[in-house]
Amino acid sequence: MSTTTTTTELVETKKSDGLTAVAANYIDERTSISTAVKELGRKIFPDHWSFLLGEVALYSFVIILLSGSFLTFFFSASMAPVQYDGSYVPLKGVEMSAAMSSSLDISFDIRGGLLMRQVHHWAALLFVAAIGLHMLRIYFTGAFRKPRELNWVIGFILFILAMAEGFTGYSLPDDLLSGNGLRIIDGMVKGIPLVGTWISYLLFGGEFPGEAIVGRLYSLHILLLPAIIVALIAMHLLFVVVHKHTQYPGAGRTNQNVVGYPVLPVYAAKAGGFFFIVFGVVMLMASLFTINPIWNYGPYDPSPVSAGTQPDWYIGFADGALRLIPPGLEFVWLDHTFSFNILIPLVSLGLFILVVLIYPFIEAWVTGDKREHHILDRPRNAPTRTAIGAAGVTFYAALWATASSDIIATHFSVTMEGVIHTMQFLTIVGPFIAFFVAKRVCLALQKKDREIVLHGYESGRIVRLPGGEYIEVHQPIDEYERWKLVSYSDYKPLMIRPNAQGKITTGQKLRAGMSRWFFEDRIEPVGSAELEQSHGDHH
Amino acid sequence: MAKDDNSGKDLAAADSSGVGHEGAPAGTAVVVRDAVANPGFPPHRPRVTDLDPSAERRAERTVYTLFYLSIVGSVFAIAAYMAFPIVPEDPGSVRTNNLFIGLGLTLALMAIGIGAVHWGKALMFDHEGIDERHPVRGSEETRSRAVEIFQEAGEESGIGRRTLIRNSLIGALIAFPLPAVVLFRGLGPQDDNPAALLSHTMWKKGTRLALDPTGTPIKASDITLGSAFHVIPEGLQDLEHGKLEEKGKAAVLLMRLKPEDLNELPERKGWSYDGIVAYSKICTHVGCPVALYEQQTHHLLCPCHQSQFDVSNHCEVIFGPAKRPLPQLPIAVDSEGYLIAQSDFTEPVGPSFWERH
Repeated sequence: MSTTTTTTELVETKKSDGLTAVAANYIDERTSISTAVKELGRKIFPDHWSFLLGEVALYSFVIILLSGSFLTFFFSASMAPVQYDGSYVPLKGVEMSAAMSSSLDISFDIRGGLLMRQVHHWAALLFVAAIGLHMLRIYFTGAFRKPRELNWVIGFILFILAMAEGFTGYSLPDDLLSGNGLRIIDGMVKGIPLVGTWISYLLFGGEFPGEAIVGRLYSLHILLLPAIIVALIAMHLLFVVVHKHTQYPGAGRTNQNVVGYPVLPVYAAKAGGFFFIVFGVVMLMASLFTINPIWNYGPYDPSPVSAGTQPDWYIGFADGALRLIPPGLEFVWLDHTFSFNILIPLVSLGLFILVVLIYPFIEAWVTGDKREHHILDRPRNAPTRTAIGAAGVTFYAALWATASSDIIATHFSVTMEGVIHTMQFLTIVGPFIAFFVAKRVCLALQKKDREIVLHGYESGRIVRLPGGEYIEVHQPIDEYERWKLVSYSDYKPLMIRPNAQGKITTGQKLRAGMSRWFFEDRIEPVGSAELEQSHGDHH
Repeated sequence: MAKDDNSGKDLAAADSSGVGHEGAPAGTAVVVRDAVANPGFPPHRPRVTDLDPSAERRAERTVYTLFYLSIVGSVFAIAAYMAFPIVPEDPGSVRTNNLFIGLGLTLALMAIGIGAVHWGKALMFDHEGIDERHPVRGSEETRSRAVEIFQEAGEESGIGRRTLIRNSLIGALIAFPLPAVVLFRGLGPQDDNPAALLSHTMWKKGTRLALDPTGTPIKASDITLGSAFHVIPEGLQDLEHGKLEEKGKAAVLLMRLKPEDLNELPERKGWSYDGIVAYSKICTHVGCPVALYEQQTHHLLCPCHQSQFDVSNHCEVIFGPAKRPLPQLPIAVDSEGYLIAQSDFTEPVGPSFWERH
């Protein structure tokens, strides 16, 4: 990436007899690829199962591109009405859009077409799920800290774009479910003050559903959104190379090194192999499990019933938020309609997304820590952060579960109203409970770590002392294990001091309050003096 | 950037608190003075394949067997493509085609993947390497040169001095994308007003109520007590254009209750016929079809977000996120006994919108 001066000399001094050598020389003299190999070929990547989550996301995106390209060869993104005349008998002669008809042809008239459709859909579900889990891993281990804050933002935008890709793709076949999904979007857009009616009108090219929306979503789905996603993924990975990967605390690992396997050959074999495993699992799901059987739903029609239907999982939280709104939140004022039953979910989800997006900057501001962090936190060692994460997960999970309120009601024979009221309670109170529980659990685990470091682990051996007293023998842990338990960064609450003008600003007060909230309850890591002393106690 | 340093096993003093070597401020972090020292790397533990030659041979066998199996999978998938064609009008053939091509591909992919990972884990050299990290920020030298370049560029172009050029350029750059915004007006038909369109449906005085989807007109005498019918305006099926758009606004649910079960407002007394009432089927929340009718309680339920409407009380909302009752279609019976609309809906149907009042 940097200098390209002396590479030609290097290659020329090599023996250039075999075909590989000739080919390598040919390419290098035209691309300077030897520089890239030199810089990247032995680059070290640390190993941990949780680092695979991001890989799953990347690989499912590749699978989506491959299967999606195949589908574009057959799909017709048109809402022009046609009479279905394919192999699926129950829908023969039914009037539907060309989009729906071609989706049915992909499923019933092209060998392997259904397989590719299902690979595409399953991989899409996996893509969003893997990004979500990857983000949780980043969050709970503090991998978003300096210098990786901007990469968190890029990753989060990718998450939003992945959902957008999912929703646009879901709408393309123009079946009953996708049409109902669009109907809901239309209703939500119309609830936006001032511009909503016009946005809906322009989006759908007239009145809902119109004959334009599938074609427009298709352009977004296969051109604009994937191009942005590819560009952002490239940036995301470039930053991983620039920053070098984080690593979990471990003996010998420091903030100044990266310990792991080199790209060539071990990491390439494992990561490359893992791509095929992910692809294989998606392929297995696509061979065995039906996803989105549009032929059962039929073409879109604004009138038929569709009870018990569910959106794809990643849209659930938004659908759930709509369901949770209590009756009556819509007002006419100054001759205009204010639909708070739509605005409240839109605004609260927007705020939730915003907080997640800027969380790294909030934490950096609270701690004031400007150092680079390359050693990951164990979640217990950042109790307040972990507790905030638990609260966020609970909030999301409650919204998500609410998207199935009708299914929950019918499956467990409980009332619809009861389910909604319970979920309203959980959405609001659940995060607070989760925060409290998670924080206490973290602190308790930290205390347990201290206990183990200072007094060893319980060996299970009971010894009777000459005086008749029984004790359980504690074994000291070895120094490598101990290192994992004592090496973490610890913060104190901020002491506010007046600035040069002798004033304490509101910003400082706020920061001190936040800092107290974050770090008031803290368990210090064991220091060497303390460790010495505890060894003394044991004899 | 990535500098290999696999030989540098000896570590500098442990640095648990993460003080960067650039010496950046640590904020409220507690820098532990007597931190426990990093013990350095634990001794390397050899794998079974390092110690036992037969285990190594076994691992090698496993890896190449998996790669051969992958070829078998690919060949099987190709064979399945030919052996299990899709027979027109036989859904079972679609299933076998999907299953066997898929299983062949699964084997082809999984075997490569598992083989490669096993190769990497069991046979490849497994000593971990170490890269040194350097601060992400450029060196002082690089940074000052970068600043210098910008200064030189500023000097040479005169962008700082020639403010008129600079400001007019900024203005031009802000203005030039604006025409693109205007172009997007063309996304919707040019001469219509969406709020006006949303306020009218296909129903007119005298339009017959017809069955969805056949379009057969309905006689009042066909509606038995307790039944519910999905209704469209007569003539909707024959529309050349805009069938779904009209249906999305005009869809109606027709129900017959005992007249004494209806609590009708005085001004709407004449809107029903002998216990038969017609309400818009489009939810006033976000527009799903409200089509689940519970005939014992006379409640309507929207399957999307569970808004519930009480038919006996002019479909007012009794639960869920919707606010407004479903609009009622005033109906009557014509001379031949068919149900007809007295007029269009008296308010816009479906989801709320800003201009609605």
